[in-house]
Amino acid sequence: MHEQGRNSLWRDFTAGTTAVVPVLLGVVPYALIAGVIAIQVGLTPVQASGMSLLLFAGASQFAAMQLINNGAPALVILVTVLFVNLRMAMYSASIAPHFATTRQTTRALISYLLTDQAYMFSLYGFEQLAPARSRVAYYLGLALPIWLVWQLGTMTGAVLGTELPAGWALDFTLPLIFLALLVPSIRDRATLAAAIVGGCVAVAAQPLPWNLGLIAGALAGIGAGMLCSAPAQHATDS
Amino acid sequence: MSTTALWLTLVGAALITFLLRWSFIALSGVLELPAPLRRALQFVPAAVLAAIILPAVLISDNELQLPPENWRLLAAALAGLVAWRTHNIVLTLIVGMAALWGLTALQVYF
Repeated sequence: MHEQGRNSLWRDFTAGTTAVVPVLLGVVPYALIAGVIAIQVGLTPVQASGMSLLLFAGASQFAAMQLINNGAPALVILVTVLFVNLRMAMYSASIAPHFATTRQTTRALISYLLTDQAYMFSLYGFEQLAPARSRVAYYLGLALPIWLVWQLGTMTGAVLGTELPAGWALDFTLPLIFLALLVPSIRDRATLAAAIVGGCVAVAAQPLPWNLGLIAGALAGIGAGMLCSAPAQHATDS
Repeated sequence: MSTTALWLTLVGAALITFLLRWSFIALSGVLELPAPLRRALQFVPAAVLAAIILPAVLISDNELQLPPENWRLLAAALAGLVAWRTHNIVLTLIVGMAALWGLTALQVYF
């Protein structure tokens, strides 16, 4: 590899890391709480860390711990994890074209590191990155710090067992960051419809188990976007 | 659940999660997705982001929180305005958190 190429890949990597810093602020309290709850449901610190290393998927870890606490059978836990993480398949399909020429071993690493935050942020950053290797470097630059903070955070929470002061409302940082990403993703009437319908359906469907409210909202939003961008609709304009 | 059963369950859950993440990334360049599906995927970010944000802002303790008591909604609206005008993630975060803390502090006086 040329020195020039290596330098520019490192620049892409650090650009990803710089972009993801505000996200880490929101990941820290979630990771600590995940560690604390793991101890509360009777896991050992090693099991708590093992879960974070193996799954690396916050929402499904919380769901699994709730079920372990309830004494649910393994099959119920597995089905729940499947449903809670279904959106990952959507992210996978959406981000896949960016890695069409990437080596399969690297793709496996990219997949293991795929989270809500890594997906949203990399799509946002990819718009300025042309070569596939630059995108991989940028992606790893932002996904690896998220992974590290999640692992260290759950470990710390499990060992210390402390609670964060609720008054800080740090859990509000993640919706705010997602909001900052949502605004530029709305480019036209169709994406606006996808967001409005997706959000409203998710609120209405929130009582559904297994995080299905999110899936229902996402599918309804996608449907609304497609309806609004259908060629026939454009023909009737003006 | 025994320790062995717990670890087996965690490994199974990890496999499921990894396969969901790896599915389409592994097939990229090998399998061409049909055009309607590719069109649908364009709407994933907007639809999913809104589906994460709106419940987080409107629902707490399984109950719908409506304005004017819902400080999170007011703070999010202000942050949304900043995001729209500046496209700056850090500034959006600062304004949103400051608004929430400020409104919560003011609440004491009413």
